[in-house]
Amino acid sequence: MNIHEYQAKQVFAKYGVPVPKGIMVESVDAAVEAAKELGGPIWVVKAQIHAGGRGLGGGVKLAKTLDEVRELADEILGMTLVTHQTTAEGKLVQKLYIEDGADIKDEFYLSVVLDRKLEMPLIMASTEGGMNIEDVAENTPEKIITVPVDPAIGFQAFHGRQLAFGLGITDKAEQKNIITFAQKLFKLYMENDAEMIEINPLVRTGSGEFIALDGKMGFDNSALGRQPEIAAMRDLTEEDADEVEAAKYGLSYVALDGEIGCMVNGAGLAMGTMDTINYMGGTPANFLDVGGSANAETVAKGFEIILKNPKVKAIFVNIFGGIVRCDRIANGIIEATKITDVNVPVIVRLDGTNAPEAAEILKNANISNLIVGSDLGDGAAKAVAAAKQA
Amino acid sequence: MSILVNKDTKVIVQGFTGKEGTFHAEQCLAYGTKIVGGVTPNKGGQTHLGQPVFNTVSDAVKTTGATVSMIFVPPAFVGDAVMEAAEAGIELAVIITEGAPVKDMQMAKAHATKHGMKTLGPNCPGIITAEECKIGIMPGMIFKKGNVGLISKSGTLTYEGANQVCNEGYGITTAIGIGGDPIIGLSYNQILPMFEADPETEAIVMIGEIGGDLEIQAAKLIKEQITKPVVAFIAGQTAPKGKTMGHAGAIVSGSAGTAKEKMEALEAAGVTVVVSPADIGKAIAKVLGKK
Repeated sequence: MNIHEYQAKQVFAKYGVPVPKGIMVESVDAAVEAAKELGGPIWVVKAQIHAGGRGLGGGVKLAKTLDEVRELADEILGMTLVTHQTTAEGKLVQKLYIEDGADIKDEFYLSVVLDRKLEMPLIMASTEGGMNIEDVAENTPEKIITVPVDPAIGFQAFHGRQLAFGLGITDKAEQKNIITFAQKLFKLYMENDAEMIEINPLVRTGSGEFIALDGKMGFDNSALGRQPEIAAMRDLTEEDADEVEAAKYGLSYVALDGEIGCMVNGAGLAMGTMDTINYMGGTPANFLDVGGSANAETVAKGFEIILKNPKVKAIFVNIFGGIVRCDRIANGIIEATKITDVNVPVIVRLDGTNAPEAAEILKNANISNLIVGSDLGDGAAKAVAAAKQA
Repeated sequence: MSILVNKDTKVIVQGFTGKEGTFHAEQCLAYGTKIVGGVTPNKGGQTHLGQPVFNTVSDAVKTTGATVSMIFVPPAFVGDAVMEAAEAGIELAVIITEGAPVKDMQMAKAHATKHGMKTLGPNCPGIITAEECKIGIMPGMIFKKGNVGLISKSGTLTYEGANQVCNEGYGITTAIGIGGDPIIGLSYNQILPMFEADPETEAIVMIGEIGGDLEIQAAKLIKEQITKPVVAFIAGQTAPKGKTMGHAGAIVSGSAGTAKEKMEALEAAGVTVVVSPADIGKAIAKVLGKK
């Protein structure tokens, strides 16, 4: 789960990580009021959406007068922001963050992420602040320093020294500032079950302070149950509505561009099904994992979500019944076709426990647009053929 | 022969008396697995499924001599359960539970390693040595005894692959689900050498997916150490970037962790890479010679 910049900065502030003063607003008038309260003399008007690259997309602008704040708030609020991290349709800006302008001497990059190879958090930093870090990694990898921190020992003074010297910070007071900054950041990373924190840019001010000018945080979904304050920050309007709806029923759904709807049990087989459709010359319309306990209700919900997409010309139901018996899944599918009106060909492949019985049940159901696939390859081929005929 | 577990392996279940633990322990017992007891705090002294229940893993190990623990406790308690098993002298913990916090797994795996305990999972179907020992949630009847070892990040693709191998007239030595979380226990590079050393295993099926670089590391190891034929499938060739595909670890970040780079690395290492999982069985028949 991701949160907005203004929320990340609330978390930072709680842990004593320095951030500029700022106020989140949802209207132009409130933006001007916020600017008055902050006092100026300059302000930054920032679009709050869950995507990076907001500045380049025109969603972050500097204001020197209250009139400019009003003008910019009016311009940015309600705009559809397209960045390299959004879809081509972009994201609607519904919230603004009005922030004090900062005294910027230079800009750094700082992040904490999980290193899957080392199996521990990794602090990444660079003197190339304000740039796209993937470009820095590609073009000048020597400008990125990495400091892994074993959670069993926590952030130690030597981690801080590696960071400070790695960034070429020689002033002793500044060294102390950056080390304290990183220490607090690591603490909040661990205590909040964060998946990643990215500060780009982290600025050094004229007086040698370090301030988080931006803040991005993502969290481990599996840990939200024990992080109620973080969970409460979830903004559903930033997420795909169909994915959110699917998740309510224990379904994992991701929309794609193609024509063949997929309903599969297990994430690996679901991806494998998409790959097989593609390999056979078709195009998958979605990823959908119905989970381990596919039943009539979840299958019906799956049909409903898939069919919301008008591009879908056929649906391929691919279930490998393990502990769940195929005959029960077959009955579930028949029930589901009664609950939801399925108006495209449905290709069903059921394999595993009691598969022959399941095939018999499907055959006897006499549903006109239901086609039985004998195995994964056969089912995918029939789905591709059905979509082409439609 | 087989790897890691066989008909003599003594197994306990952590989370024994819960709904999932009970259901799957029953299925494992029916398969012939030597489940010798289980652990549920405050239920020590009771009998469940004909086996003794203990309050602690330590008690269970001392009394039963179990070397493997199958873990079904709820997600928030997985880290604790793994660390308890490690300190009690368990040699292999098979973690079935899905949704354990990543932070807990960092701690638990480091602690397990310190105590010399191997782990499998979390969020995995478990391990099965065909017709001998099933420790997990897979449907036992599809795994016929044979000469093919199988390693997979995905549960249902494990079943799909094993089923195809058996339909071609071959069978399975041991099949292992390693799980699709960001932090997992035993992986390709620990398991592939075990299959290489197992005299009964003649070929290996390796099923991977997008995200991370375990498959790239495996390609390097295969090139250097594995002489037996390997057939591989990587799921997620058609997955969009930056989206988590069901498994928490299955995500292409930037340009890293794509199916394409993994498939190319494996092919360069001499692995038979299939584009569709529907071709796993046929590929095994090809490398082993048609039965």
